[in-house]
Amino acid sequence: METIRLVYPVEGGDLIEAGEASSKMKLTLKKLGLPQDVIRRASICMYEGEINMVIHADGGQAEVEVDADQIVIRMEDTGPGIPDVEQAMQEGFSTAGQTARELGFGAGMGLPNMKRYSDEMTIDTEVGKGTTVTVKINIA
Amino acid sequence: MTVQELTGALSLTVYHLEAPDRPVTSGYAGDLLSWVLGRAERDCAWLTIMSNQNVAAVALMAEAACVVLTEGVAPDGELLRRAAEKGVNLLGTELDTFTAAHRLAGMLSP
Repeated sequence: METIRLVYPVEGGDLIEAGEASSKMKLTLKKLGLPQDVIRRASICMYEGEINMVIHADGGQAEVEVDADQIVIRMEDTGPGIPDVEQAMQEGFSTAGQTARELGFGAGMGLPNMKRYSDEMTIDTEVGKGTTVTVKINIA
Repeated sequence: MTVQELTGALSLTVYHLEAPDRPVTSGYAGDLLSWVLGRAERDCAWLTIMSNQNVAAVALMAEAACVVLTEGVAPDGELLRRAAEKGVNLLGTELDTFTAAHRLAGMLSP
């Protein structure tokens, strides 16, 4: 299977449209016939990343690469960056604002969930420049 | 048990029922969306009082069998539209969350 590359812009602003990129990716992964569990894990990682980009970075871009062995999702934004990654990785820690919390977000579980459902996760961040979160999900 | 059987047994209100034959194998109760994504299992019945549009996307990503809005909460218009668009089974009940969870648990392990 040759590598398939998909690019999804993530709109910033409100959380109304959030999840559209993840929904589209999920449909494409289904069409590719990947295992159900792999699709679910990739979709949850992508959704959490998408929500993070909307809440914290006014949007960004997700690049998804699929080959026979793995799915790599690279979520890149030019937001404020994460000052303390270790703190951000703690379950329950969140800097999300009131609006996001009222909608049910901001529980401080986004990055921990991405770690939980991926086989490998890296966070490349610089305060004032932006953040790139990359997750890899092994197929089979 | 299928979503249809659960709907009948608990006399649930049907807001959108696209896949009535989908199996329900577990349950999850919670309103914080990332907790649901982290803890709910595939094919669960998800009990929540959260009724905004993001519930549809979370149910889709988590692959919940159905969403059950408890405590008589009604979905907002945008959630209804998205549930239909994404094929998410969306149900409701006047029961409080605890009672609905108790009844569901009884049906899952009789």
